Amino acid sequence: MRHRSLLIITTAVAAGSLVLTACGSRGEDSGGKSGGDTTVTIGLDAPLTGDLSALGQGIKNSADLAVKTANKKKEVDGVTFKLQALDDAAQPSAGQQNANKFVADDKVVGAVGPLNSNVGQSMQKVFDKAGMVEVSPANTAPELTQGTNWRTGKKERPFKTYFRTSTTDAIQGPYAAQYMYNEKKLKKVFVIDDKKTYGKGLAATFKGEFEDLGGKVVGTDHVDPKEKDFTAVANKVAKAKPDFVYYGGEYPAGAPLADQAKKAGLKGPVVGGDALFSAEYVKLAKKNSEGDIASSVGAPLETLDSAKEFTKNYEAAGYKLPYEAYGGYAYDATWSIIQAVKAVAEKNDGKLPEDMNDTREQVSEAMQDVKFDGVSGKVGFDEYGDTTNKQLSLYEVKDGEHKPVKTGTFEED
Amino acid sequence: MNDLPQQLASGLILGAMYGLIAIGYTMVYGIVQLINFAHGEIVMFGAFGGLTAWLILPKGTALMLALPVMLVMAVGVSVLVGIGAERFAYRPLRNAPRLAPLITAIGLSIMLQQLIWSFYPDAKKARTFPQFGGESVNILGANVQRGELFLLIAAPVCMIALGFFVAKTRTGRAMQATSQDPDTAKLMGINTDRIIVTAFAIGAAFGGVAAIAYGLKYGQIDFKIGFILGLKAFTAAVLGGIGNIYGAMVGGVVLGLAESLATAYIEHIPGMELFGGGAWKNVWAFVLLILVLLVRPQGLLGERIADRA
Repeated sequence: MRHRSLLIITTAVAAGSLVLTACGSRGEDSGGKSGGDTTVTIGLDAPLTGDLSALGQGIKNSADLAVKTANKKKEVDGVTFKLQALDDAAQPSAGQQNANKFVADDKVVGAVGPLNSNVGQSMQKVFDKAGMVEVSPANTAPELTQGTNWRTGKKERPFKTYFRTSTTDAIQGPYAAQYMYNEKKLKKVFVIDDKKTYGKGLAATFKGEFEDLGGKVVGTDHVDPKEKDFTAVANKVAKAKPDFVYYGGEYPAGAPLADQAKKAGLKGPVVGGDALFSAEYVKLAKKNSEGDIASSVGAPLETLDSAKEFTKNYEAAGYKLPYEAYGGYAYDATWSIIQAVKAVAEKNDGKLPEDMNDTREQVSEAMQDVKFDGVSGKVGFDEYGDTTNKQLSLYEVKDGEHKPVKTGTFEED
Repeated sequence: MNDLPQQLASGLILGAMYGLIAIGYTMVYGIVQLINFAHGEIVMFGAFGGLTAWLILPKGTALMLALPVMLVMAVGVSVLVGIGAERFAYRPLRNAPRLAPLITAIGLSIMLQQLIWSFYPDAKKARTFPQFGGESVNILGANVQRGELFLLIAAPVCMIALGFFVAKTRTGRAMQATSQDPDTAKLMGINTDRIIVTAFAIGAAFGGVAAIAYGLKYGQIDFKIGFILGLKAFTAAVLGGIGNIYGAMVGGVVLGLAESLATAYIEHIPGMELFGGGAWKNVWAFVLLILVLLVRPQGLLGERIADRA
């Protein structure tokens, strides 16, 4: 008898927790039109939980700040913005679900996000079908805007509703390669990636440029980013004796990899893309992160006038977590949607079209011509939906902090 | 450069950790024929217990001094969770069909993960674990981290203690009796319930030690570490012959060495260039498991195929 009651309790608990999960994901239904004022929602998708949550929360807070600023300034007359943030936990399937949710909600005018390129890939089609604009602050895989054949020079934009405020790996990897080869004078590299869309692409573009310059790749390997044990790879790196390691991947695996490679005897730094440019990286790799280099898109926020106001407002808003690597781009992405909505409203005598489908379509079209001075510099989009701002920066870890060492525009040679 | 000593050392260290955790699988299986798939999470709880101890201790405490406290806490937490699991998740199902406790174990493991994920502060991402500073130590041509030394000392000490316990003490002998035939053991006046709890507790205690070793080795822990660790340790237990405590250790070491050597050398075999490297280490680990099971289904040190299926 006791067995049965235990089973019943277990079932009840399981069922209860399922119900609770369902409650948590239900969107709010308030808003809508009231007294001539229109409320529209901007969707946001980012990993708010999980390993990459530090970056995701920074994106969410920055987008929130953009929405609040727009409402306070009455940026678009008669339109109030609302932000609805959904968590994708860095999973493509979750991202796609969220995209479907946004599309189905007739108050959502456009979406900001996601963080991961492979998540972005899963969301593009959904938004494109609905004609809804998506602006990613962080996707860097070139194929998202330039098609799968971008490497051969046959660029073709697959989805016209997709935009991004970050630059692509096509220039991020080579930029780091030029710096390491020309300025740091390091000629031997060991290249590691995590086989994900972002990491693989980044490592490939780095390797291509580094070899073109005359550098030598003394070894390559791949790691499973779900693991923490990289001793075997670390030993291989130590044995190959490279001048430095290039890692295409994100900080949750990048940090322990750097830590273990240095413990195994790697003498040079670990270099990587913007997904290593996080305070979490330093926290996890501790003092073995000293000297490591990360590239990131745009100029360091502290050096741009347009960014000073952002950092000040961000602090004043009292968010619990820092804006991290993509905060500025998230703010700009959100702001570009707001600007597109503004353009549509102006075209339609100060009002948005009655039908949300019309609004979405017009906003997507207006996005192509949006231009403003953003947090990350001049924001605008080229014919592929990529940002026209091709600035890049490199940051080196010194005394436990990423300090900018170089900013410039990538030049193809 | 000859890096064989380094690869052997890495494999041995990894293997010692797998072995410590594998004890938890093998003890429980040996006595109740149950595969406790939540054991990886019991280890994970231990790691968070150890971290909690470190956070509670006054800032600036030397790690050497804090270590015993962390160890006690880790083992304590693991044992509590282990005993709790036995009492509330497995005992009520003891006479149920074999499948029921297995499913419960999987459910329990997910529940334990989510508990940490939901309630432990900041556990949604990796938490840093204190680490020994200082240069690595050179042992016979291999670099060994200070944190890894703990493992190299703890694993043999634990094993010897366990061997002594099982062979020489009353409870240990009662354990052997129960594992051979629980019904007869009960008729001989052995309190089998108590023996089973003891088996869970010992397994969990070893898991707690392994948890501290894991934290010291990698410097970070998160709520998901139990899954892969548990799976690897389970593999080690099966490799060595599940039910045999020395087999668990042997299986762990064999598995650790296989992983380390496969990653380092397989790609140098002509025609195998594509199959070496870090991404393949789990493939080789499980290929080895399948091979051993094909040739020697009872595992390396296993003596009999379960005669009470």
